[in-house]
Amino acid sequence: MCRIGAIKSLNYTHPSQALQLMQSQQKGHDNSGFAMMMQDLGGIFADYKDKPTLSMAATDEGVHIAETLLSEAGFHRVHQWVPQINAQPGLDIEAMPNYVYQTFDFPKAFANASQEEKEALLVATRLQLRAALEPNDMGFVYSFWPDVLTLKEIGDPRDIGTYFNLWESDDKFVAKVITAQCRQNTNYDIVRYAAHPFFLQGYTLLANGENTFYQKNKEFQTKLHDGYLGFESDSQCFLYSLHYVHQQLKWPLPYYKHVITPLPFEDIAKRDDKEVLLGIRQSLAHLEINGPNTIIGVLPDNTMFTCCDAKKLRPVVVGRDEETVVISSEVCGINEILPERDWEADVYPDEREVLVIDDKLEVQRWKQ
Amino acid sequence: METMKCLDVTPNDLPWKIVYDAHRCTMCGSCVATCPFGSLEVKVERRRMIFSEGDFPEPKSRFSAVPVIKQVNNLKHYCRGCGSCEKVCPNDAIKADRNPDTRHPLLVRMHGGDSIKRGGRKNIATQERTLDKLVVGRISQMTDPSLDANRHTFDVLAPFGRVLDPTKLKVEVGDDGKLKTSGPAPPVNWIYPIMIGDMSIGALSTRMWEAMAMATAYLNEECGLPVRMCSGEGGMPEKLMRSKYLKYMIIQIASGHFGWNRIIKAMPHMIEDPAGVLIKIGQGAKPGDGGMLQAAKVAEHIQAIRGVPKADLLSPPNHQGLYSIEESVQKMFLSFNAAFKFRVPVAIKVSASATSVSVYNNLVRDPYNIVGGFFLDGIDGGTGAAQEVSLDHTGHPIVSKLRDCYQASVKQGRQGQIPLWAAGGLGKTGDLAADAFKMICLGANGIFTGKMIMQMAGCVGNDQGRCNACNTGQCPVGIATQIPQLVHRLDVDKAAQNIVNSFLAMDHELRKLMAPIGNSSLPVGRSDALVTTDKNVADRLGIQYAC
Repeated sequence: MCRIGAIKSLNYTHPSQALQLMQSQQKGHDNSGFAMMMQDLGGIFADYKDKPTLSMAATDEGVHIAETLLSEAGFHRVHQWVPQINAQPGLDIEAMPNYVYQTFDFPKAFANASQEEKEALLVATRLQLRAALEPNDMGFVYSFWPDVLTLKEIGDPRDIGTYFNLWESDDKFVAKVITAQCRQNTNYDIVRYAAHPFFLQGYTLLANGENTFYQKNKEFQTKLHDGYLGFESDSQCFLYSLHYVHQQLKWPLPYYKHVITPLPFEDIAKRDDKEVLLGIRQSLAHLEINGPNTIIGVLPDNTMFTCCDAKKLRPVVVGRDEETVVISSEVCGINEILPERDWEADVYPDEREVLVIDDKLEVQRWKQ
Repeated sequence: METMKCLDVTPNDLPWKIVYDAHRCTMCGSCVATCPFGSLEVKVERRRMIFSEGDFPEPKSRFSAVPVIKQVNNLKHYCRGCGSCEKVCPNDAIKADRNPDTRHPLLVRMHGGDSIKRGGRKNIATQERTLDKLVVGRISQMTDPSLDANRHTFDVLAPFGRVLDPTKLKVEVGDDGKLKTSGPAPPVNWIYPIMIGDMSIGALSTRMWEAMAMATAYLNEECGLPVRMCSGEGGMPEKLMRSKYLKYMIIQIASGHFGWNRIIKAMPHMIEDPAGVLIKIGQGAKPGDGGMLQAAKVAEHIQAIRGVPKADLLSPPNHQGLYSIEESVQKMFLSFNAAFKFRVPVAIKVSASATSVSVYNNLVRDPYNIVGGFFLDGIDGGTGAAQEVSLDHTGHPIVSKLRDCYQASVKQGRQGQIPLWAAGGLGKTGDLAADAFKMICLGANGIFTGKMIMQMAGCVGNDQGRCNACNTGQCPVGIATQIPQLVHRLDVDKAAQNIVNSFLAMDHELRKLMAPIGNSSLPVGRSDALVTTDKNVADRLGIQYAC
């Protein structure tokens, strides 16, 4: 089973916090991987918030292909971070030869482009890179987006932390939003892409549990958007549904919950907005999820939210102090990094709630 | 050697042979009086008796004339094997045995110069049922929990009506950040996924039709199951059309347009909208054929409802005046949508065919969003009357065709926009819920059945030639007849109760199938939940092969 966690803070936070958050939940996962996304970056990335950062793990050949492709597309590198690799013997990690974190200027042709055009370019470029590096597993392109950084690897999360030297906190490699998950997706093949969090066009999502409507979701989503691909994990469907509802249909976030866990028909019939809710349930019946799941998502404006399946078969808890909100599969994770908080104020969202945390760290509870 | 008349019809030429034990018979006459086909008669036989009258055995013989029950040997009154005689005999003295040496198919054609007509289903079993080769093999355990069929709540409902593409939903974000409707949407009724199929008043006795209508109303009003019943071609009693129960009925129009004169006249008096309109283009049992109600069954009340004389009522094979799919959408769908001011969904029923996917694809592109359902009826579907050659030799199995249509919708990204409803031999083995569930996993939104409903009410016909006499109007159990004495055999309350109980049992079984795969909504298109040990079936349906 996965364990997922997320930190949203007023202060810049080092990933060592995320490692600690997940480490205490070690019994709940199988030490098969670690994946993390950092958003709203500080430290060495603070000056590059509007420029896309490429997060990629690749072979030498893969790096060469990617650089050529980006260069031909007109992207100019302005910044890079190379992780300090601590390759001690005996670490449980299946490392790639190169981990690329490079920030680029947009191509000159896009100097006056609209936000939509820039976003379309970044999505298309990432998909191009992904396709180009797919043969022989030359590389894995996780994100190519401003102010976003992704790290994923196969192995023991503790060793992965050691390998990338992430246990030592500093003020250079920090972010205000960090999402993390331990465990590879062992229901299917061990593939780097299968590790959450997943990312598409500013949307980040991580989940635990089994998506029993995976096939239905996948068959429907495949036709909806070029970026809905891979499906190495059944949880990718949750990201694509979020992207479709919020970005493509431009419906407010509460309707994501109505899409993935629609109200029972008899409850819809009692609502004032029954026509809307029934229309949504009908038209997006194939995006429903019907298994045990908890979802944590981050929107392009760094709003974070969490919700669970319609029967609350997977739990989640939200704890906070004045400066930080933490979402975690198990409360022991929050105890680890916010030991002094008022635990009586912890929130255990129910099956019909969405908990939303904005940039002021205000935690809102939306009833479906 | 003696001469004989070789071409005379004898019991050995007929499909069923009466086995009669004169020693057990008490001469009560019940069997003769019961047989609706006139297949039994009382005759006198000259019989030799051995007897002894003295204190010591002193056997003597004598001949005497004794009354006996005999099978009638002609093609009009031949035994159908319905078993009524056996059922009524107080002494187990009589029964009908299947005759494997029957020459009946030859004799009918030879003697009458006519083809065989009958009711029922396809009687030639060409293969093991595909549905029986599928099992629900994806069980929730460890990675995700099974649900509890008794404790959890389940949404066991299916759409009837046109579902819009999400990009075409008429909604917009209001000032309060909530979505609001900004235009009309096609009507969609969410109903129980097992529908009482279209069997006309005419094909069925008034009692049977009433029993179904009563069961439907009871299931809705007392059991909370929104089961819908389709009228079949030929209209409905006016009293029902003017009642509040019309909302549970789907009115059918077929190529004969029978009954629609009365329906249209009743429209101004309707206090409820019907649940839907079903345009019947074809029927799985006899594809390419229109409806057939033989004169024997056109009773007075049917003449009144349909506005016809007592004559064979044959609906034409086609809806007259229709030229193409596009035209049907524009003319028929539009006019029937307009008839109820676009408040009532309109669907189409066709027989499964090698061309079904083309038809479905064309309908899915319907630009007016007025095609509210695609009802697909397979070769194993039943009928009240058809030529046997159609029943046995035309049609298409339902399972792969339904799957093809669903996969066609997947290919276009239009799953569920025109809901798929399937029928044709479902529940043949008695497990309708299991069949329904498997069809749903393969992509059906729901299923419909007629034959099973009749069997719940006491129909004794089967697919091995038993009874199959619906066309004659002499139904032994009062279901498919208009003869008052036979109609009275059907206990309308008991028949309704049987139907209600069967639905309650099926509802429980559906939950018992949804629970182990961890789903509380119907798993439409969840073919990953099915596995099969037949590689060909696995390949054809795109499901997991297991061995």
